[in-house]
Amino acid sequence: MFRRKQKSASSAKDRLQFVLIHDRTNLTPEQMNRLKDELLAVLAKYVSIDGQGVNISVEQDGREQRLLADIPLKPAETLRRR
Amino acid sequence: MAAKVITVTSGKGGVGKTTNVANIAAGLALGGSKVVCIDGDIGLRNLDVVLGLENRIVYDLVDVIEGRCRLRQAMIKDKRIADLYLIPAAQTRDKTAVSPSDMVRLCDQLRLEFDWIVIDCPAGIERGFRNALAPADMVLVVTNPEISAVRDADRIIGLVEAEEKGPALLILNRVNMEMVKRGDMLTPDDVVDLLAIELIGIIPEDEQVLVGSNQGVPVVFDQKSRAGQAFRNVCARLNGENVPFMELEARPALFGRLGKLFRGAAN
Repeated sequence: MFRRKQKSASSAKDRLQFVLIHDRTNLTPEQMNRLKDELLAVLAKYVSIDGQGVNISVEQDGREQRLLADIPLKPAETLRRR
Repeated sequence: MAAKVITVTSGKGGVGKTTNVANIAAGLALGGSKVVCIDGDIGLRNLDVVLGLENRIVYDLVDVIEGRCRLRQAMIKDKRIADLYLIPAAQTRDKTAVSPSDMVRLCDQLRLEFDWIVIDCPAGIERGFRNALAPADMVLVVTNPEISAVRDADRIIGLVEAEEKGPALLILNRVNMEMVKRGDMLTPDDVVDLLAIELIGIIPEDEQVLVGSNQGVPVVFDQKSRAGQAFRNVCARLNGENVPFMELEARPALFGRLGKLFRGAAN
């Protein structure tokens, strides 16, 4: 069978990508998780969120970081029917 | 004449900053420019030995700044190239003996006489780094394809930007093509992706670099060395020439032939 072990250079790149985002934003992974939870809690006051599809991440765009949030909302109808 | 001040920095120590300064300064002088390099690593003087000028030091950077000698007296003339000078670091003092504004004033005096001023920045992000950055018109960040060096380079690039001295340009030092091909070393593309700055040099790992510094002769003088050719290419790019990056070949024999072709094209 195929033995697919990640080459050491590509694990170096993955690890660096992760660590550089946290270095550049000055956010620890722990704080990042708290940010996500609090952000969702605020949004939930106004809209109903479909927790399954939530995707919040910091992405590198050149030398800038972007907080990308993809937060699917439940349709208003489901709310009314309840 | 109005010199351009290049500061060579890295964050992490031991990635080849001093070697890069020696080779870039010597390479620019070989190309006919008037060059002075300044060792900014006060207390850990090294550029003098790499350039083979350690026996000629009488005065140093701190002597100039504290007025114990004239600027000209601290400028050591290279023995091989006409227009290359070194201002050595003081060995018995520390970084606080010099301030960023001292460095700006010193470089302003030198600018009139030279085409290039190349500053060797100490490792770290403290006073010595601030001193070396203050007069910079252009910043070169040296890194190795090594996880810790790349991370520190990223910090430095951020600090250079914060000081409005950016965008810095990248030199990737000590690239081992055999390891890259095996997938065991970050490629130049990987490092550029991660750091998101423009590349100005890829220096292949080459034993001749160590041989050169053993003898106090920067490898840029060695016409047969791959690293020497890579440094000459960096100098040509600094002079505004559009030089393609060398094909990094694992086998030196073939590379020698390719190098000859490139030299033929560049001259």
